[in-house]
Amino acid sequence: MSDANGRFGNSADLFDSRLGPGGRAGVLLPDGPQIDPLKITLDQPDDFDGWRDAARELVMAGVPPMSVVWQVRGEDGELFGSEGAVPPPSGEPMFSVPKPFIDMAKAAICHSDPQRFALLYVLLWKLKANRRALDDRADPLVDRLEKLAKEVRRDAHKMHAFVRFREVAEEGDTRFVAFFEPDHHIARREAGFFVRRFSTMRWSILSPEVSIHWDPATDTLSEGPGASRSDAPDGDPLEETWRTYYSSIFNPARLKVKAMLKEMPKKYWHNMPETSLVAPLIAGARARELEMIERAQANLPQAEAPRPGGNIEGAWAALREEAKGCTRCDLHRCATQTVFGEGPLNPRIFFVGEQPGDQEDLAGRPFVGPAGQLFDAALEKVGIDRSTTYVTNAVKHFKFVLRGKQRIHSRPDTAEIDACRWWQEQERAIIRPPLTVALGATAARSLTGKTLTISKVRDAPLTLADGSECWVTVHPSFLLRIPEEARRREERARFVEDLERIRDRAAALA
Amino acid sequence: MAQLDTREKLAILADAAKYDASCASSGTSKRNSVGGKGIGSTEGMGICHAYAPDGRCISLLKILLTNSCIFDCHYCINRKSSNVRRARFTAQEVVNLTLAFYKRNYIEGLFLSSGIIASSNYTMEQLVEVARSLREDHDFRGYIHLKTIPDADPELVRLAGLYADRISINVELPTAKGLQRLAPEKSEPQIEGAMLGMKGAIEDGRDARKKYKSAPNFAPAGQSTQMIIGADAATDADIVGKASTLYDRFSLRRVYYSAFSPIPDASAVLPLQRPPLMREHRLYQSDWLMRFYGFKSEEVVSAADDGGMLPLDIDPKLAWALKYREYFPVDVNKASREQLLRVPGLGTKAVQRILRSRRFRNFTLDDVARLTVSIAKMRPFIITSDWRPTLLTDKADLKRWIKPEKHQLELFAA
Ligand code: SF4
Repeated sequence: MSDANGRFGNSADLFDSRLGPGGRAGVLLPDGPQIDPLKITLDQPDDFDGWRDAARELVMAGVPPMSVVWQVRGEDGELFGSEGAVPPPSGEPMFSVPKPFIDMAKAAICHSDPQRFALLYVLLWKLKANRRALDDRADPLVDRLEKLAKEVRRDAHKMHAFVRFREVAEEGDTRFVAFFEPDHHIARREAGFFVRRFSTMRWSILSPEVSIHWDPATDTLSEGPGASRSDAPDGDPLEETWRTYYSSIFNPARLKVKAMLKEMPKKYWHNMPETSLVAPLIAGARARELEMIERAQANLPQAEAPRPGGNIEGAWAALREEAKGCTRCDLHRCATQTVFGEGPLNPRIFFVGEQPGDQEDLAGRPFVGPAGQLFDAALEKVGIDRSTTYVTNAVKHFKFVLRGKQRIHSRPDTAEIDACRWWQEQERAIIRPPLTVALGATAARSLTGKTLTISKVRDAPLTLADGSECWVTVHPSFLLRIPEEARRREERARFVEDLERIRDRAAALA
Repeated sequence: MAQLDTREKLAILADAAKYDASCASSGTSKRNSVGGKGIGSTEGMGICHAYAPDGRCISLLKILLTNSCIFDCHYCINRKSSNVRRARFTAQEVVNLTLAFYKRNYIEGLFLSSGIIASSNYTMEQLVEVARSLREDHDFRGYIHLKTIPDADPELVRLAGLYADRISINVELPTAKGLQRLAPEKSEPQIEGAMLGMKGAIEDGRDARKKYKSAPNFAPAGQSTQMIIGADAATDADIVGKASTLYDRFSLRRVYYSAFSPIPDASAVLPLQRPPLMREHRLYQSDWLMRFYGFKSEEVVSAADDGGMLPLDIDPKLAWALKYREYFPVDVNKASREQLLRVPGLGTKAVQRILRSRRFRNFTLDDVARLTVSIAKMRPFIITSDWRPTLLTDKADLKRWIKPEKHQLELFAA
């Protein structure tokens, strides 16, 4: 590797004409009408030094880009063009190129695009005319070459990442061998990375174009002919351990297949022992996630059965504390306090109402106003002891409009319901009630995340996300607001009927 | 019970580590194994050696030394009252695994954390021993990240920093209340005290190296932390605010966000839901806005809704732009770097290129398109020599116009 930091690492002397034309003999480019372009043959597809030497001579001789054809020895070249010598320097002043050009050229040369040499030569001409041409990133030529260089760097990065060594025993020693198939001509270029990283290991990287071998005993890097996958060893006992790691570190609850494919395209997979697991891991992910949830649900009631002062009570008390400071929506600004749910933590039924009213807001407790009284009466009628139930609201702060001195309740909007839903979900997650009752549309929205029509869902239970049963009925305050006596009586009777059914279901589930 | 072999332990102790979001192996000092007795190199940029189907990169061997713990934090699968299977590596086993994986180019190094066993100091000693052995016995020059134990002896933390590239301690939850509820045995002052101690040690180390070249390089990749998102009531505004004070007060290199995910045998306190992945993503985006785009945390927060939540359907930069339309359109040919960085869809690299090329040309829409990923999203916000969108920014339904198509979450894409 001649001069990573040598003569051409610095810009000024790259095209120093003192170096003079190389050893090419003879024929001058004819003046006048162009007959045959000059054919330049490089030794290797990534032959930066060869390109640089030739380009230097060509540009100093004033040979324009259209008069040059570039090819690599052994590759099927162009039909046109003739081998010939570069004319002598035309006496043009020498010029230097900026360092970023060298960096870009060294990368772009390794690209598999057959036009790379010619494009670079055109850019060199541009630079001769304008030393800052490279700064014009929006110039299509600069843009194209930058893209080639970027693709090469990306390929190099993938090589650093996806080379997988396998250990093989070799008389009294071990060698680490990998097969890797890059998109571009980068194997030589990237050998240095592996030398720096694995300087005390004996290793070989085989690729279709060239094989690279490192011998730590003599600190030498050598090249051999290209190889195929079958030349590389078959397996390594450690791969099973690596696969164990790969499948254990993956979290099935966060499947994101596209993101994975974007970074680890399938073309690299056959070199990587872990990728055989991808399909089964994806296929099993949902099942594993459900199993995690199921195990959580199955285990906990026994493990943390409601014991006074136990985890559940502590968690619930801390949740109530946390809710006191909630600012998730604007309602906390005007209300007196957060009205949290109350009741035993192993209730028979978990009731969700709409929102605290004026009296609840002052008392700090749910269902103590007129609607609460009606609710109590209905419960008593069907023989449900309120002290065995948990009662909470979908929205925990009072929302009102001021009319004179009176605070008139106004309905929460969906944004408020959805903001406050978090608390209700946390309450249910701690308590895990077997039976939940939504009183009214607000509660139904909070529990299901959907806007439901009560009359449509009233007669059969819904299943909530955690698999438990939920019944929907009207909110007691609705019953207070019906003006006509007859309809009011009818609706109250229906509410009581609903509660009877709920009472029976709760008994059956207990 | 029969002894577990290394592979069985690995399955348990990697599984237990999968909830930790941090994985990066970048930003440390450059070094390589040339002239040494061992292996390993770091070249500034970290390398992701594989990707798991959860889209996350695998850069380090990320494991716990043990998943036994004397604490009972509700959010943690390793807590005392959990029923998970327990395992424990010896320091030697971790060293051997790290070297064996590294030699095959599977990893960049090791990220080691642990449940707390016996005492904080005892646990910390074990972690340090792994790193010491890798560095001293094996001359390992790859990347090491150690998670320190909150109330371990500062001298042990100092040793950890001498061997490791990065050290970290998790703040766990964005609010003190959340921490109180979910991690009753940890406390904010304790965690932040440890961070402050590490910050001091990192700064001392840097000063010493300025004076003496031979001074050891203390945690050259700095310190980081992680917050769990979605397990407590914290809003995005709370989280962004917390992250920004952490960056300021403890000179953190990174704050990682980990969407809370359902864990087997979870404590009853936790929601049994899928992690809010999009929310996590939006928080990372807002983190970028603060670290690379010159946004102040208040500005990011001002893009949130009344409830303090960032929109999920559009990214926070676009949300900010839609709220502050008077700021747009920005003239690509004249605007300052700061102004250009505010344009939705314009990344730091593209801005750099525009500024460089601007001296040579008057930018047209096509020119901008060539330097960016998607011009469509950007058009309403920029002026070029051939484009002036005065009407667009006034459109009331602008958001609908440029919002990305809603597509199914890619949960079961093959
Ligand atoms: S109504 Fe609910 S979400 Fe809104 S501030 Fe009150 S408790 Fe929080």
